[in-house]
Amino acid sequence: MTPEKKVLLEVKNLKVYFKVKTKNRLPWQAKKKLKAVDDVSFSIYEGETLGVVGESGCGKTSLARSLIGLNPISSGEVIWKGKNIAKFSSKEWFLLRSEIQYVFQDPFASLDPRYTVGEIIAEPLTVHEPGKSQAYYREQVLTIMQKVGLTEKMINRYPHEFSGGQAQRIGIARALILRPKLLICDEPVSALDVSIQAQVINLLQDLQKEFGLTIIFIAHNLSVVKHISNHVMVMYLGKIMEYADKYSLYHMPQHPYTQALLASIPEPDPVVEKSKKAVLLEGDLPSPINPPTGCVFRTRCPIASAECAEIIPALENTNVGAAHQVACIKV
Amino acid sequence: MATLLEVNNLTIDFTTRNGTIHAVDSASFILQEGQTLGIVGESGSGKSQTVGAIMGLLPNNATVSGSVKFQGQELLGLDAKAMNKIRGDRICMIFQDPMSSLNPYLTIERQMTEVLCLHKGMSRKDAKIESIKMLDAVKIPEAKQRINYYPHEFSGGMRQRVMIAMALLCRPKLLIADEPTTALDVTVQAQILNLLAEIKQEFHMAMILITHDMGVVAGSCDYVEVMYAGKLVENAPVEALFATPKHPYTQGLLGAIPKLNDNLEKLITIPGELPNALHPHAGCPFADRCSKVMDICRTQMPGSTSEGPDRSVKCWLYHSGEVA
Repeated sequence: MTPEKKVLLEVKNLKVYFKVKTKNRLPWQAKKKLKAVDDVSFSIYEGETLGVVGESGCGKTSLARSLIGLNPISSGEVIWKGKNIAKFSSKEWFLLRSEIQYVFQDPFASLDPRYTVGEIIAEPLTVHEPGKSQAYYREQVLTIMQKVGLTEKMINRYPHEFSGGQAQRIGIARALILRPKLLICDEPVSALDVSIQAQVINLLQDLQKEFGLTIIFIAHNLSVVKHISNHVMVMYLGKIMEYADKYSLYHMPQHPYTQALLASIPEPDPVVEKSKKAVLLEGDLPSPINPPTGCVFRTRCPIASAECAEIIPALENTNVGAAHQVACIKV
Repeated sequence: MATLLEVNNLTIDFTTRNGTIHAVDSASFILQEGQTLGIVGESGSGKSQTVGAIMGLLPNNATVSGSVKFQGQELLGLDAKAMNKIRGDRICMIFQDPMSSLNPYLTIERQMTEVLCLHKGMSRKDAKIESIKMLDAVKIPEAKQRINYYPHEFSGGMRQRVMIAMALLCRPKLLIADEPTTALDVTVQAQILNLLAEIKQEFHMAMILITHDMGVVAGSCDYVEVMYAGKLVENAPVEALFATPKHPYTQGLLGAIPKLNDNLEKLITIPGELPNALHPHAGCPFADRCSKVMDICRTQMPGSTSEGPDRSVKCWLYHSGEVA
């Protein structure tokens, strides 16, 4: 028997809309909105890794940024420790930021080029635990550097002296120095070479075990997500298409989009790859300013019918696996 | 099959303020007509510089030696005028980022017809008809209207299709694709790779595909060259390479990719990072990261040994007789 899983973070009907400047808009015309995240609900359990996948522009990053207050939330709730973060006081926000940390995609853009590695990693600590002795800060920084595989002599170097993989390790060290509960990794390995990618993924898994971290792992690479996640959420144009535990999702994908996405991944095996009959998706992602009516995927869906243009499919449980949810009226 | 391209001992050095960078070190390979050759390697391994040398597109501070023979003609040392005749006509190239390789100020029509007017001496009118045909061939819907669009009016995948159409205009013998799908989403990547395979058949071209994605190599290539730090370390037909990778780097590279249909607890990693191209050390460039490193690896670069039909590898592990 597995013990009851504790929900760490719950998202209910989250919507993140952005205003779009419209040229020559007449006063009686409606303002255009870009629906980056549209009515998304999910929970993330303590100690787990939730993988979020989707093509560029599907709202994965907007979703993650709104969880830490970097994007305004248009409507809906994000519940952290039983309270909606939209109603947080500034003091609570301050605390929240030490408990949720973020690792960014581009390791160099997210590190201040004028700070040394030591200063970069120590900064969150000096903000959240002010007034401690210098020896304490130094010791904390060195401990975390050693945990992420950086050596002591690197502490006085600047970001430009590092390679991409090492810079990403610095970003991870900075995120972990406050011992957060939730780590949001936004495409942490997509800028890295394959051999370095594997190092960083293994590192994240080791750190997760050691610190009991919960991770939201955003990526467009389905193979990487499969490797690291417990649950996987597939997004398309701001909506969740499918949510399931990883075995169920990868072995029994229900949504036509997930199926197409899985079929599109080139497998590193020439025998499999050359005999594969690909179910190719036609066309590109539609504009999120003008999303299709009904199901947002219907314009590229191989099994779409007239009904799909009218009914907005809800994310519903299926009879496949445990808690396997799909938003499609055909399933 | 006839040999289309023959590269022999291609060496490329860049002179910089900080010293000389050895980008490519005596690379040799052969491309047969109609074949797809994959060049794989991590960033900085010299893949792009190799094809840059073939196309004569290297910056001024590059020193190139060796030989590149295309249909029996030596390309290295050719003057700009002669090279311009071949480039865009018999050898074409498509790049990673289709936005920065199209001119944002000109319509697609202007950019496409220019190729035909220059190389084939066609009139603008004929060139336009031919261009529309080609846009149809790469499956751009409503090509007749779309040809008047500017590059920004297309999506990433469509732009890459435009680039491919433009490259095909003169029916080249060789198409070089430098990471053609890296900037695209997986579903669009699958479309473009499919398209490339189709047009390759249709136009009887040979192709050099540069990529870092082993999955793309597996699906699209006949023959593979693995590059590491400027050196070709292994070459083999694609099936053989994936079934029995010989070089420890190739083995590590294949192990480091998470696969969809296995459930490993941990990924196999290659420790360390690419060596600094400014200060290469003697011996095999992979020695510092190799799990099977021997003493000789640090002092001498191994020559290549033949490992079965059409494949060879540069690693001391396969020089059994010579290593004491």
